[in-house]
Amino acid sequence: MITNIILAGVGGQGILTIAAVLDTAALANNLFVKQAEVHGMSQRGGAVQSHVRISDKEIFSDLIPEGKADLILSVEPMESLRYLPFLKKDGWLITDSSPFINITDYPEQEALYQKINELPNSILANATDIAKKLGNAKAANIVLLGVASNLLSLSEHSIIEAITSLFSRKGQRVVDKNIEAFFKGKEIATEVAT
Amino acid sequence: MKKLFLGNEALAQGAIDSGISGVYAYPGTPSTEITEYIQKSDIAKELGIHSQWSVNEKTAMEAALGMSYAGKKSMVVMKHVGLNVASDVFMNMSVSGINGGLVVVVADDPSMHSSQNEQDSRFYGKFAMVPILEPTNQQEAYDITRYAFSLSERFKLPVLLRLVTRLSHSRAVVETFERIPQNNLKFPESPTQFQLIPMRARGLYQDLLDNQKNIQESATNSPFNKVTEGTDTKLGIVASGIAYNYVMENYQDSTCPHTIFKVSEYPLPKKQIKHLLDTCEQVIVFEDGYPFIEEMIGGFFNEDQKVIGRLTGHVNRTGELNPDIVGRALGFDIPTAQEVPDIVSGRPPELCTGCGHIDLFESINTLIPSIGDRRVFGDIGCSALGVLPPFNTIDTLIEMGASVTMAKGATDAGVENAIAIIGDSTFTHSGMTGLLDAIYEKTALTVIISDNSAIAMTGAQDSAALGKIKQICLGLGIEEAHLKVIIPLQKNHNSNVETIQKELDYKGVSVIISQRPCVQIPAEKKAQIRAFLKNCQN
Repeated sequence: MITNIILAGVGGQGILTIAAVLDTAALANNLFVKQAEVHGMSQRGGAVQSHVRISDKEIFSDLIPEGKADLILSVEPMESLRYLPFLKKDGWLITDSSPFINITDYPEQEALYQKINELPNSILANATDIAKKLGNAKAANIVLLGVASNLLSLSEHSIIEAITSLFSRKGQRVVDKNIEAFFKGKEIATEVAT
Repeated sequence: MKKLFLGNEALAQGAIDSGISGVYAYPGTPSTEITEYIQKSDIAKELGIHSQWSVNEKTAMEAALGMSYAGKKSMVVMKHVGLNVASDVFMNMSVSGINGGLVVVVADDPSMHSSQNEQDSRFYGKFAMVPILEPTNQQEAYDITRYAFSLSERFKLPVLLRLVTRLSHSRAVVETFERIPQNNLKFPESPTQFQLIPMRARGLYQDLLDNQKNIQESATNSPFNKVTEGTDTKLGIVASGIAYNYVMENYQDSTCPHTIFKVSEYPLPKKQIKHLLDTCEQVIVFEDGYPFIEEMIGGFFNEDQKVIGRLTGHVNRTGELNPDIVGRALGFDIPTAQEVPDIVSGRPPELCTGCGHIDLFESINTLIPSIGDRRVFGDIGCSALGVLPPFNTIDTLIEMGASVTMAKGATDAGVENAIAIIGDSTFTHSGMTGLLDAIYEKTALTVIISDNSAIAMTGAQDSAALGKIKQICLGLGIEEAHLKVIIPLQKNHNSNVETIQKELDYKGVSVIISQRPCVQIPAEKKAQIRAFLKNCQN
């Protein structure tokens, strides 16, 4: 079984933190991981993505083939749609609804949301707002991870452990806030699914 | 020990575990994290491994050769275009050969994610007639680095280790092994080995030619080159480096019916290639980069298309490979993916909010209507983003240092009001010599050094230029009256425009240092830089 995940966002939005949580949790589950990321020029406020592949068998390609992603997890709504060519027909698209507008031709938000809602399996979550309410706007990415948690084929325990170890050098408060963010996200997923 | 590593980090750990005494490098995507890993490594610190950045790739490679001359193992790291800068020493050290093991790591950037071309470094390796290694995955990036040092010492030759962006910047679990100790100081056995005067060089060049059969034999028997026999002889597959993964991805749930030759060590071994050509009706070549292998084995005409790949149109001629391109070329029915919706706008990279380059571009743009357009010559680095909207300030961008010298040549041709814009680190990398050309001829030229006290584009690494630019310019012969320092801030806009205009009016060489630290530098370090710069001025 292989799980293919595309992480999407804008340079500096912290998608590599999500990737690091996924990698760490997958290793704790004794699974194989490959994770391709973008460095360099595109990082400067441009579109960035990371391909994360988790499997119980050896993984060859660092890149996910077209139409083979089980999940697009995006911290920005327009960026979530940029990677549609990778999404499986029955794959899930989960994205933060807060736009990051640093270009002049950013589309109408309502039209964007409509496009996302037209997809067979999609969740628009206002992760940024939820994270702000928790007192840590930076944790929006972990809220989204919580929303996606049922689709990851990783145990909840291993994800919590990964969050704990990755944020531990920033202190217990940050760890707790992120764990809280994860569970808030998880709640949304249940609400939307039912 | 098993750990999750970027391809670049696996290679760096492999180098530490090979017993290197130093790494020499200039930052450049996608190679930067190799040197940074060694800089941050506790064990490398403990072992006293040199890892300070060099001023450019040429100085880096020469220093690595010096360390090798002294008997120790050294590594030099760069992006593909960096090898152009270092090619002088690269071509000549294959003639002299090395003493302590020396590995040249070059990260190519097919698809030009962060580069101006997609040149394939394997051509340089072949040109210099040295062994080339091309890892397939992160584990091989580690293993092959260790192997590269042993190969280098065995053949007394530098070894070229080629990475591509996707391997450099992708993570997987890597198993590491016991560290080999560093070498002791030991001069070369022959006192004349490094004396490339013609009478000695001729003999050494003959030695290099004689050595070719040995490196061919090594590649033929390499543990990293592997033939997997298949039953369907209609097609044979040659896949080099990361391309092998894309082939195997397509046979994830089945057995590949074709014979596959995985290539990770060059010179391209004749034995396995002959076997494929003899036993298969047609051979397809998958390689990330230029059609290097395909051109070699397809021959000049290849009229019967015995060998197919990028040159015959069976695989895209440009850009990096991926599992879908490879799968389609192998005849798999891969449905066309759904399209990116029209609603999605492009989001190109941009300068950070508050970046000093922005204020500089705005000052220059104010002048363009009066000085005329098409005369601003740019350079590599963050300031290169001045070619894009909303600025559209910069008209040319070729390679490190070309702003100064192209502006000079255009001025020689009769273009007036030429401006060169170059970053601080790019200036010390390759701009200083060109500036001397202009000073020597008193060319009417204005050079703006956009000094952000960092090698910003690759992650704000320390710039060797810090606090030295003024003295360098004066030392080269810039007149003090035409060496100006401006602070690119909105409030200084009018005075900055005035300063630039005045220097454009001067019919000799002017340098304007536009000085404000990169916003990506952490506050604490920025304070140190400001204090240091103030100290330099006193």
